[in-house]
Amino acid sequence: MGIRFVLMVNKQGQTRLAQYYEYLTLEERRALEGEIVRKCLARNEQQCSFVEHRTYKIVYRRYASLFFLVGVDNEEVSRAHTFTIMCPNELAILEFIHLLVETMDRHFGNVCELDIMFHLEKAHFMLEEMVMNGCIVETSKANILAPIQLMDKAS
Amino acid sequence: MSGGSGGGGGPSLMDSLFQRTLDDLIKGIRIHVPGAAQSTFISKSLDEIRREIKSTDLQTKSTALQKLTYLHSLHGIDMSWAAFHAVELTSSPSFIHKKTGYLAASLSFRPSTDVLLLLTNQLRKDLSSTNQHEVSLALECLSVICTPDFARDLTPDIFTLLASSKNFIRKKSIACLLMVFSQYPDAVRVCFKRLVENLEGTDNAQTLAATVGVFCELASKEPRSYLPLAPEFYRILVDSRNNWVLIKVLKIFAKLAKLEPRLAKKVVEPICDHMKRSEAKSLVFECVRTIVSSFYEYEFAVKLAVAKIREFLLDSDLNLKYLGLQGLLLVAPNHSWAVLENKEVVIKSLSDVDRNIKLEALRLVMSMVSDDNVVEICRVLIGYALKSDPEFCNEILRSMLLTCSRNVYEIIIDFDWYASLLGEMARIPHCQNGEEIEYQLIDIGMRVKDVRPELVRVGRDLLIDPALLGNPFIHRILSAAAWVSGEYVWFSRNPFEIMEALLQPRTNLLPPSIRAVYIHSAFKVLSFCLHSFLLPNKTANSLSKFADMEPDFIYSESEGEFPETSGLRPHQEFNPRDLSEKNADNATISSSSLKNDTFTRESVVNMLTLILTSLSPLAGSHDVEIEERVRNLFGLAQLAQEEICCHDDRKEMMVDRDDLKTSIIIRLINDALSEDFGPVSLSAQERVPVPDGLVLEENLSKLDIICADVQLPKSKSFSLVRPSLLQMDGDFVSSRQNEEESETSAAESTSLLSEHRKRHGLFYLPSDNNQNASTGFQPANDPNQKDNDVEDLVKLTEESLVLKRKSNLARPRPVVVKLDEGGRLPITVKKTQSTDDLISGAVRDVLLGNEASSQSNQSGKPSSRRRGKALSKVDQGSESNNNMENFEIGNSSKRRSKHRIHGKDKKHPSPGNDVEGRDENGEVNKQKSGSRHGRHKARQRADGGINVVVQKPVIPDFLL
Repeated sequence: MGIRFVLMVNKQGQTRLAQYYEYLTLEERRALEGEIVRKCLARNEQQCSFVEHRTYKIVYRRYASLFFLVGVDNEEVSRAHTFTIMCPNELAILEFIHLLVETMDRHFGNVCELDIMFHLEKAHFMLEEMVMNGCIVETSKANILAPIQLMDKAS
Repeated sequence: MSGGSGGGGGPSLMDSLFQRTLDDLIKGIRIHVPGAAQSTFISKSLDEIRREIKSTDLQTKSTALQKLTYLHSLHGIDMSWAAFHAVELTSSPSFIHKKTGYLAASLSFRPSTDVLLLLTNQLRKDLSSTNQHEVSLALECLSVICTPDFARDLTPDIFTLLASSKNFIRKKSIACLLMVFSQYPDAVRVCFKRLVENLEGTDNAQTLAATVGVFCELASKEPRSYLPLAPEFYRILVDSRNNWVLIKVLKIFAKLAKLEPRLAKKVVEPICDHMKRSEAKSLVFECVRTIVSSFYEYEFAVKLAVAKIREFLLDSDLNLKYLGLQGLLLVAPNHSWAVLENKEVVIKSLSDVDRNIKLEALRLVMSMVSDDNVVEICRVLIGYALKSDPEFCNEILRSMLLTCSRNVYEIIIDFDWYASLLGEMARIPHCQNGEEIEYQLIDIGMRVKDVRPELVRVGRDLLIDPALLGNPFIHRILSAAAWVSGEYVWFSRNPFEIMEALLQPRTNLLPPSIRAVYIHSAFKVLSFCLHSFLLPNKTANSLSKFADMEPDFIYSESEGEFPETSGLRPHQEFNPRDLSEKNADNATISSSSLKNDTFTRESVVNMLTLILTSLSPLAGSHDVEIEERVRNLFGLAQLAQEEICCHDDRKEMMVDRDDLKTSIIIRLINDALSEDFGPVSLSAQERVPVPDGLVLEENLSKLDIICADVQLPKSKSFSLVRPSLLQMDGDFVSSRQNEEESETSAAESTSLLSEHRKRHGLFYLPSDNNQNASTGFQPANDPNQKDNDVEDLVKLTEESLVLKRKSNLARPRPVVVKLDEGGRLPITVKKTQSTDDLISGAVRDVLLGNEASSQSNQSGKPSSRRRGKALSKVDQGSESNNNMENFEIGNSSKRRSKHRIHGKDKKHPSPGNDVEGRDENGEVNKQKSGSRHGRHKARQRADGGINVVVQKPVIPDFLL
């Protein structure tokens, strides 16, 4: 699917989760996050959920105080007659975000920003179950949560 | 909580007992306000972590690493120093610790992390663990941090996992493959067969999603290799009910269909079915996108897709609207009716609240522009630009400028209109595209002779408006206007007015560089006026001379206007000032009368006074550019004033005027100024081939660093080139036309050398040749040449224009040039390409073997039976045909070697994919023999490992 990163950012622009599927240095990450957050948080409800930024297309959705931002390849940058259409399906990414939120909701029960902050490892774990190499590999909530539930039981 | 603050060196018991947990850390960060307090807290915590992480107690270490990972991930704290501890934790018997270790590794490791290799053994151990969750941890980590070394060492383990009975494991190992392939293409030979098997096994939705995902990514880079798998994808397209999988399969087909047109016939129907049936918008949109970009010949499908797009456009959901516009943008090139049908929606979207939607609409509008409607569309857009917010206004202007200037103003027919449009844009309050407008004003002035009168009019309107001087954004435009007014002053109806505008007091608001342009233009205007006043008869002559030397220069696009231009070109009796007089006879009559009216002695004297009074404060300017030009103008004006005032008694005697010193000078100056600038191709210099024996950079490459800041600035809009260059250009073109061979002559080599000498004169021994070098090649943009070279300019413009026009007509990219091929390709591009090619090459190899083995192994399966049948009717023009040659050869080793050669030949056309030349890691520099050897080994291992019995390759007919 070509997901390049997944970010969760609160209303104040503080990053709550950052997962990259390509290697960026800390400085690059910081700069990228700053720019994207500024761009996306400035938008309001009457605007669509897609933002083009550099070589990325950002698909984002807001849930309560938390923004979920997913950066995907934007190969449409070269808009000539020979465009490529391998850019990921924006609507599918939106569905992915929703799935992620629903999954966390099912696990934490009414998930909120604090849940993610204090259980960052778990959030990463869920994400790892869902996405590998930028490809969405698992879309069943039960399957995603199975290992975590097992782990919770064990500890 | 204070446990961490005591003690210096190693971790103490206290540290372990009173260690802050991750929760404590997070709470602590939350208490402290962001800023200094928080960063102090964080650095204090870091100190603690540094101590704790050295602990021998795994729990303490794990917690420390957890905290560090948290800080790294969310607060951007460097944790590369803790890499070793992360590796340590991965080997912990406790799953929780292991998990922490792996998470830290996957979040922070980079290819250059030095302890990376230490992880190999642990990864291998975990990959073969009986606990599926440990295996999963290792796979997930590997999928993020995989390096060529990891990939090479762990491929056998992953290969084993691919056949795991647990879906959970199989799914993850499949997903991990993508990374492994990209790092180590030879892994394809080992694992590809099992990957394909997972595609065939319909039983499991989990692994299918992962497999299709991998193929989708692989096919996006090099689709051709995956054509043989089309039947499998087709089956999934028809059978699967999983939208995620379907979307990816659609993407694969979009790629494949371009390579194999017959595939399209087959898949269009099922895609349309999905489009009609599906409730999921994402799937519908993917169908639409696939149809309009890859299956646009199928009218019924496109109709359906456009209907869906329309639904999207009218939907209240903004996201769908945005995507609808994007879909429309994809349809536009092939089916413009689709855009026209939805015109109102598109135009309405231009005033949407969302900037992104507006942008899409704008792109769409621009995609509709053609030479018939450009005037109308620009009128509408200017209206929108005036209404929009500054940012979008500029976006509109930018795309208008871009579209109109595309391919050297391809779509513009009426340049007068375009000139006035540029003027209009300049006056839009938020306009920030000054630079581009400046460039285009000058550019069309030089390229299109017909437009000059209109340009001068536009320039005048801009110059005489004192209000514009206050807006810094349009200073650049004013600079162009001033230049145009000076350069083409004889088209002006009233030069005195322009002079006043150029010298108005508010010009002190301009930056010095632009002010210098103003003053220089004033100089040109003055010399024109003096010339007209003192030498009225010569004016026409000099202009006619100018016209003779100028070729019929007009852009090919506007050739239709040629007959008209004859009136514009100054003939012997052409009135220089009044262009509207198209009739040459009329011009003669009005010329004499007008001239007497306009250039009276009084008006000229007034002008001189104006110049002297308004410039005197500037004579001591600190800006050299201004000062020099002011002094030039000053000198001329003073001289003229003296002579004209002294000789007022003889003002009616024209003959005497010829003898005045001013007249002589003016004549010279005017000769110099009346030559015409023309555009010079930016690549003109590059087209000069480097002579064989000349090594330009060998010894001097180190000097680049030093020279970097001394380099001559490149002029953007126009450049002055000496005839030598021109000549070479000419030679070059002709030789290219003859045989397309680039000849190098001794003259060129000396000229190149002298150019080099000129640039890097510092590093040459002084010699007399330096002076003589002027016969040779000169830097194209040397500003010092400006005034000396006027003689040659005419020829230059002629030639370069001829050149331009030719290339314009035929539009071939200049073939030429060793220089271009030489150092251009960035190495990174080469490298990625090679990796992709390595993968696809390997895939091709394996697919052949794979098909064979699947034939022999599972001959009962219908799919392979299909393939068996297909054997007899392999068709031409596709991948399969190429591989036909291999069929006859029974001996497998022979086959393999032949195939390899074959593959090599096949890849030849595309650049940079010398597959055999790369070693296993995709590195470029290893020797061929070595890489071959490595490959053999890998293949042997692969063969040995999988027992792939390569006997009879079967070529599938993927059209079923």
